[in-house]
Amino acid sequence: MSDSLVRAAHDVLIVGGGGAGLRAAIAIAETNPQLDVAVISKVYPMRSHTVSAEGGAAGVIAADDTLDEHIYDTISGSDWLGDQDAIEAFAHEAPRELLQLEHWGCPWSRQPDGHIAVRAFGGMKKMRTWFAADKTGFHMLHTLFQTSLKYNEVTRYDEVFVTRLLVDDGRVHGAVAVGLMTGKIQAVTGKAVILCTGGCGKVFPFTTNANINTGDGMSLAYRAGAPLKDMEFVQYHPTGLPFTGILITEATRAEGGWLLNKDGYRYLQDYDLGKPSPTPELRSMELGPRDRLSQAFVHEVEKGRTSDSPWGPVVHLDLRHLGEQVIDTRLPFVRELCLKYERIDPVHELIPVRPVVHYMMGGVHTDIDGATPVAGLYAAGETACVSINGANRLGSNSLPELLVFGARAGRAAAEYASAARAAPAVIEAQAADEVRRLERDVMGREPGTERISTIRDDMQATMEEAAGIYRTGPAMAKGADALAELQQRLLKAGVADTSRSFNTELTAALELANMLDIGECILRSGLEREESRGAHQRLDFPDRDDRRFLIHHLVHRNPDETPRVAPLPVTITRWPPGERIYGR
Amino acid sequence: MPDSIRLEVTRYRPDTDSEPQRQEYDVPLRKEWTVLDGLNHVKNEVDTTLSFRWSCRMGICGSCGMNVDGEPKLTCATFLTDYAPGPVRVEPLANFPVVRDLVVDLFDFMERLPRVKPWIIRDDDVTEVDGEYLQTPEELDAYKQFSMCINCMLCYSACPVYGLDPTFIGPAAIALAERYDLDSRDHGARERLDVLIEHEGVWGCTFVGECTRVCPKHVDPAGAIQRYKLKAAKESVKAFLLPRGTR
Amino acid sequence: MTEVRTYRRPMSIWWWTKKRSYFVFVMRELSSIFVAWFVVFLLLLVRAVGRGGAAYDDFLDWAASPGIVVLNFIAMGFLLLHTVTWFNLTPQAMAVRVHGRPVPPAVVIASQYVGLVVVSAFVYWLVTR
Repeated sequence: MSDSLVRAAHDVLIVGGGGAGLRAAIAIAETNPQLDVAVISKVYPMRSHTVSAEGGAAGVIAADDTLDEHIYDTISGSDWLGDQDAIEAFAHEAPRELLQLEHWGCPWSRQPDGHIAVRAFGGMKKMRTWFAADKTGFHMLHTLFQTSLKYNEVTRYDEVFVTRLLVDDGRVHGAVAVGLMTGKIQAVTGKAVILCTGGCGKVFPFTTNANINTGDGMSLAYRAGAPLKDMEFVQYHPTGLPFTGILITEATRAEGGWLLNKDGYRYLQDYDLGKPSPTPELRSMELGPRDRLSQAFVHEVEKGRTSDSPWGPVVHLDLRHLGEQVIDTRLPFVRELCLKYERIDPVHELIPVRPVVHYMMGGVHTDIDGATPVAGLYAAGETACVSINGANRLGSNSLPELLVFGARAGRAAAEYASAARAAPAVIEAQAADEVRRLERDVMGREPGTERISTIRDDMQATMEEAAGIYRTGPAMAKGADALAELQQRLLKAGVADTSRSFNTELTAALELANMLDIGECILRSGLEREESRGAHQRLDFPDRDDRRFLIHHLVHRNPDETPRVAPLPVTITRWPPGERIYGR
Repeated sequence: MPDSIRLEVTRYRPDTDSEPQRQEYDVPLRKEWTVLDGLNHVKNEVDTTLSFRWSCRMGICGSCGMNVDGEPKLTCATFLTDYAPGPVRVEPLANFPVVRDLVVDLFDFMERLPRVKPWIIRDDDVTEVDGEYLQTPEELDAYKQFSMCINCMLCYSACPVYGLDPTFIGPAAIALAERYDLDSRDHGARERLDVLIEHEGVWGCTFVGECTRVCPKHVDPAGAIQRYKLKAAKESVKAFLLPRGTR
Repeated sequence: MTEVRTYRRPMSIWWWTKKRSYFVFVMRELSSIFVAWFVVFLLLLVRAVGRGGAAYDDFLDWAASPGIVVLNFIAMGFLLLHTVTWFNLTPQAMAVRVHGRPVPPAVVIASQYVGLVVVSAFVYWLVTR
C-alpha cells in the first residue's frame, strides 16, 4: 500500500460501525448497489456499544396497540420537546424495521404460537417492546453485522479513528483518520458522510457507557460547522450497579421488579407515580419514565431513606418474587451480571442500584432524514438529535431509533452521493494540515507535567458536579469555567507513547479533546435553559416554562472556538403541550 | 488479603522490539477489581504506554480477551482476588500474531467469517417485509446457544489445532454456521456445508474440546463442529449410495 | 495482510504438556493405538483357536508372558480412558432428541454405560455358561 495522503475514495463514508452505522450501510447497498460504501470504525463493529443494550426495542405490533399511542407516549415522555413530525415517522417505521431485522435473523423472543413477543417498558401505555431475552442490543448488532457481510459493496475500515471531517465551502468531502494498527494518518474521501458514533457517557465518571463512548461524532460535526442540539439533556438510568455502573435493564421492572428504599418501602408512590400494585401497571410506579425515577432517588437520599454502600447511597431492586424461572428465561443476563460483578443472586437477594448516566438525548442537529446543515453530512443514532427524544428518552425507543434513522440517513446520503461530485483538490491541503496537527501538536508534544487520565478524571468530576440530576446556574457556570481551564491543561499534556502501532495514549488524548468540547456544550446549553424539563432539572428554575423554552437549543461553534447557543422551534403537529401524567 | 498484587505483563513494541518482553507492575488488590481494572490502573497511573483493547467492561463486547496465567479469559470478568497473592501473568491471546503489547491481530478471523455465510439464506426471495416468519420458542431454543457468541476469540486462543494450522477456519466461525443452519427461518445449510467440508473446515478439528471449556458465553463450539462432521459424513454417504435425484 | 511487523509466537512441540486438558487430549488420541492393539490381540486369539488346542495353549503361554501382561495392563488403562473420554464427549457430538425434546447430556452418557454393562454381561454369560 502506498503512503499517499488519500487512502481511498468512496461514495458514502459512514463513521461508526454500531447499529445505526451498519443499518445505514445496508440501506445504501440496497438503495443503490452501484454506490461504494465504507464503514470506518475505531473498533471492530461487533464491539460497538449497541451490543450492551439489554431491554428491548419498541414498535407497535400488538392487536390492542396503536401508532398514536406510541407517538403520544414518546411525546409526553419527551416532556413535549420532541419534534412531533419526527416522532410520527419514527413510530410508523419502527415496526417495519424490527420485522426487517427479524427477516435478517434476529432471535426475537417469541410467544408459544411463534409470533413476536412484546413486553412492557417504562413510560409506555401498551406492551410494545420487542426483546431477545435481555440481550436485545447484542443480538441486533450481531444480526446487522453478520447481514452486512453479505454486501460486497460495503468496505470496512476496522480500528481506524477519525480525527477530522474534510469540509469545503459548506460541503463535506470525507475525513482524516488514524489507522490504529499502523499509526498511519490518511484521508478517506466520501461524497457524503454519515456520523454514527454513538453517545458520550464517558464525559461523566459514573456511566453505563463503554470506554469507547466519547462523543467523537458530535465533536467532529461541531468542529466542522454543524450545530449540536439539546445537549443539556443527559439521561440518568435509575438502575445501575454501584462501582461498575453496569446497567440493570428496565426490563427487570417491566417483568415485575420493585424499587425499595432502606425500609423495604416502594418509595416511588411518594413521587406522583401512582400507587403500588402487586403486578406491574403500565405507565405507573416502577414503569414510570427514567427522568422521574432518577429524580425520586435524589429525594430519597435527601430524606435519609437510602442505604449506604462503599460507592455512595443505593436503593434496592427486588426481583425475588419473580422466581427463578422468569429470571432465567426473561432476564438471564441480569442474573449473570449480578452474580459476576456483585456476587449476589437476584433470585434470592436484593440488587443494590443507583442512578447512572446512560444516554444522550442531545446530539448532532439533523432533520427527519438525518441531514445536518452541512451539505452531505448526515448523522444517526445516539450521535444525532432528530429529535424524537426531546428532554427524556423512553426506554426501548433508542434501538428502533437507530434502525429507523440509520436507514433514513443511509437512503438520503445515497441519493445525495449519486448526484454529488468528487472531492475538490483543496481537500488534500486540509488533510495535510490535519496530519501536521496530529504529528506536531499532539504526538510531538513533549510529555509535560499533565497526564491525560488526570485531566479526564477532573473533567468527569466537574461534569458530575455541574450537570447531575439536579442543576443550578452557578454550578453550571463554575463547571464551564473549570472545563475551559482543563482545555488549557490538555494543551500541556504530552503523549509519552512514541510508538506508531496501536498508540492508545494518542487516541485517549484525542477522545479527551472531543469530550471537553461536548462537556462545554452540555453546560452552555444548560445554562441558557432557565426551566426544568425532563432530564434537565434546575433547582433555581423548578418549573417547565413553555412560554420561553418550548424550543430546542442549537450550539454553534464560533470562529474563536467558543460555543454560541441559538433557539430553534419545536415541531408540534397534533399534540399540544400538556401535563405529564403517570400512575393516575 | 495483601493490598497489592503483581502483574507480569507481556510487552511488544513492533517499532523497537524484536520479540516480546515481560514487564512487572504492582497494582492495588481490591475485591471488586478485575484484571482489566488492574491494567487500567497501570495505564492511567503508572505507564501510559501500555496498550490493550477494552470497551464494555461487562463481558458482552468481546474486546478484552487475554491470556491470564496461561488461560484465555475476558479480563473484564476475571477478578484479581482469584489470583492472590499473585503474581498474575497477563499475555496476549495465544495463537494470534501480536500487534503491540496485549493487542493481537484478528485479520484471519475477520477475513474468514463471511465465508461461512453467517446470514439468513432463503429459498423464497422475500424482499417485501410483511409479517414475521413464525418461530416457536422451541425452534428458537434449537439455535439460541450458538447465537450467543461474542467473537471474543478465546476459543481460537485455546485451540491447539488453530495454533498449529492457522488456516483452520476455527471454532467460533463454525459455531456461527451451525447457528444459522439450526435456525428454522434459514435454508442455507447446504451452501455452508460446501464451505465447511473443505480441508480447512470441520475435518481439521480433532475434538480437543478446549474451545467449549474456555467459552465465556457457553456457546459450545466443539459440539457444533462434531455435529457438522456428522452432517458432512451423512451427506457423503448419501452422495455415494443414492442416485442424484433422490438426495 | 496487515503491514505492521506482527510477532508470531512459535508453538513448542511440547505444547501438549503445558496444560492438563491438552495432555488428556493427547493421551485420548494415543489410546487409539491401544484399541488397535486389542483388536490385533483378539485376532491372534481367534487364529490360535482356529488352529486347534496346541496353538491355543501356545497363545495362552505367550499371553501370560510378563511383557504381554504389562502391555495389556497399560492397554487396559488406555482403553478405560478411551471409553470414559468418548462417552463423555458423545452428548456434544450428537444432539439426541426423543419426541422432539432434547435429551439431557447426563442421560445420554448414562445410557452408554448401561449399554456397556448389558453388552459386557451378555459376553460374560456367553463365555461362562
